[in-house]
Amino acid sequence: MALQSIKNLKEFSTANERFEGAHLLCPGCAHSMIVRELMNATDDNLVIASATGCLEVCTAVYPYTSWDTSWIHIGFENAASAASGAEAMYKARKRKGTLKDPDAPVKFVAFGGDGATYDIGFQWLSGAVERGHDFTYICLDNENYANTGGQRSSSTPIGAHTSTAQAGRVSYGKKQKKKDMVAIMAAHGAPYVAQLAPNKWKIMAKGFQKALETEGPCFINTVSACTTEWKFNPKDTIHITDLATDTLMFPIYEIINGTELNILYRPKNVIPVEEYLAAQGRYKHLFKPENRHVIDRIQKEINEKWEYLQRREEAKV
Amino acid sequence: MAEKMQLNEVEVWDGNYAAAQALRQAQVDVVAAYPITPSTPIVETYGAFVANGYIDGEYVMVESEHGAMSTCVGAAAAGGRVATATSSQGYMLMVEVLYQASGMRLPIVLNVVNRALASPLNVRGDHGDMYLGRDSGWVQLDAFNAQEAYDLNLCAFKIGEDINVRLPVMVHQDGFVTSHTAQNIHPLSDDEAYAFVGDYKPVEEMLDFSKPVTYGAQTEEDWHYEHKAKQHRALMDSYTVIDRVFDEFEKKTGRKYKRLETYMMEDAEVAILALGSTVETSILAAKQLREEEGIKAGVVAPRCIRPFPFEELRESLAGLKCVAALDRSCPMGAMGALYNETCGALATIPADQRPMVTNFIYGLGGRDFSVEEAKRIFREQKANADVGYITTPVQQFSGLRGPKLGFYEMKRS
Ligand SMILES: Cc1ncc(C[n+]2csc(CCOP(=O)(O)OP(=O)(O)O)c2C)c(N)n1
Ligand code: SF4
Repeated sequence: MALQSIKNLKEFSTANERFEGAHLLCPGCAHSMIVRELMNATDDNLVIASATGCLEVCTAVYPYTSWDTSWIHIGFENAASAASGAEAMYKARKRKGTLKDPDAPVKFVAFGGDGATYDIGFQWLSGAVERGHDFTYICLDNENYANTGGQRSSSTPIGAHTSTAQAGRVSYGKKQKKKDMVAIMAAHGAPYVAQLAPNKWKIMAKGFQKALETEGPCFINTVSACTTEWKFNPKDTIHITDLATDTLMFPIYEIINGTELNILYRPKNVIPVEEYLAAQGRYKHLFKPENRHVIDRIQKEINEKWEYLQRREEAKV
Repeated sequence: MAEKMQLNEVEVWDGNYAAAQALRQAQVDVVAAYPITPSTPIVETYGAFVANGYIDGEYVMVESEHGAMSTCVGAAAAGGRVATATSSQGYMLMVEVLYQASGMRLPIVLNVVNRALASPLNVRGDHGDMYLGRDSGWVQLDAFNAQEAYDLNLCAFKIGEDINVRLPVMVHQDGFVTSHTAQNIHPLSDDEAYAFVGDYKPVEEMLDFSKPVTYGAQTEEDWHYEHKAKQHRALMDSYTVIDRVFDEFEKKTGRKYKRLETYMMEDAEVAILALGSTVETSILAAKQLREEEGIKAGVVAPRCIRPFPFEELRESLAGLKCVAALDRSCPMGAMGALYNETCGALATIPADQRPMVTNFIYGLGGRDFSVEEAKRIFREQKANADVGYITTPVQQFSGLRGPKLGFYEMKRS
């Protein structure tokens, strides 16, 4: 069976190693955790397409590669297209009988940062999902263009300081709200859409498994804490991610067939968002008295979103 | 299994339909495409072949040309035969991915039905788009008519997929003039065509899991230079395979192709250098002038735009008096592309054997290019040849209404 059993973290994290270490991602970067959790969740053969971004530039620097599986990078915007093309070729060759090992189970996956996903690659992703290719798109959502030095993306939350949405004497940082990519993908009618976080590794691995096992295009947004641009100590990645999920800044949930919404993680004690913001340098300026309103607004929006998700779950829509 | 098609010995096809038939006969595994005039009928026809069971592969109608070429790259890396078609703005949108396809050495076939570039918006044929991908690392062949669009497509698969080449290949044809004009075509039978092209042999395929591959890794100053130099070498060296494939094609069909086509050049004094459908117009003009006015006119036409037939061009033009390089695109602030390539080739021969070269911009946005105009250009070359220097502007816009325009007036003291 393709699915790995998910017993304990030690066993899970030492499963077959198809994403090798010695890559160049920053110490404490959550990208590598997420990729490994995906790879350890399945024994199936994987064809992976990566968009330009930290994951790609840090893991395949010629003549080295961290990818002990089929892997392709074309450009910043078109990982979904590359995965579509490979999947289409798989179908054609299976039908024509030209595959070397026609019975080998294969899964097609695309990775993109939030820049690649929410912004520049949005059209290609939308097209691939509309066409119904059997692949899973995983967004490594670190809420900025980390690879080019931390510019804002349409996933950057309101109030964050980035290198292009600066906080300064008269600005509190990014003015616009984060785009709701999960809702947008659900609205495409993708059969499985979820938001997951690597600290909740069991939920994440199960979510990945569900996506891989679901026929058709699946989309998963994953919270990927970026030590460099969020400005926290590399040893704190999981702590920061705990704060992200327990403040409900990143609620963990899935949407099936665009309608059935299930909340996958309910914090026992919901933590005020202030603690999450205070733990990261990119929100430091929000603690000046004149920016207090931004923190209040973030908290208000979190409460409203949580309320909305719960009501949708209850109503089974 | 795809159903075969019974074709007559002679069919009446236009250039687009001919290209689509070649893709069908090559039994392409994946076509990912997006429509744009005038190449649209290629993918429409292909879609109809799929819908009627003449094709067994995947036909993916994507959201844009950039997506089309990106999908082609993913598909080709997965180890199968891949093709698409485009024109103009679509070709422009593909350019980023053209470089990626060749950098990864993926033998995709792209039909470019040449058309003007906006603004102003214009759907008619010129070569504005041709030069965009000039340095993108693709083998580029040029069809002068619909028969050639068919023939060169079959050759394109065989050239690109050869283990000594493994490069993507473009087949250009002139928008509307070639793509939409019906002519008699001599097709191969499905079996003959497929036997010529051959089975696709996967190389470094992503779907062979016994041997994982990394495609599109990154390099910096440590390796990038070596990669690019090797890619250039591979493209330069591909000419031996191109010649061999053209030979094999001739044996099969009797139709002979050369990387540089020459017409009536044995005793020529003046020549027109042209691409696309203009070649046939120029040949007709040369023939008439030889008969009517005794002007020893010849025509030279690169069949292979990349790798550029540098040496062949030099050899065929050496000793000539005057050459007119015809560019069907506006170079914007410089001499035309074909002019520049030609002068580059000629600069390597001794001055006393070097012809004078002038540049004619013509036919932009589908403006007709007539036999009369070709004759005028030949006569002008002849006049220059007789006085021994260029009396006309070195760059002219032929057939343009209004004031005469050009890059330089020649100044003679
Ligand atoms: C067409 C194009 N535009 C811009 C770039 C430059 N670029 C490379 S990566 C990147 C940002 C990546 O951000 P994201 O997708 O969020 O991934 P991250 O690096 O944060 O993981 C940009 C702007 C590019 N490679 N290609
Ligand atoms: S900059 Fe951020 S996303 Fe990029 S490797 Fe470092 S921690 Fe990871």
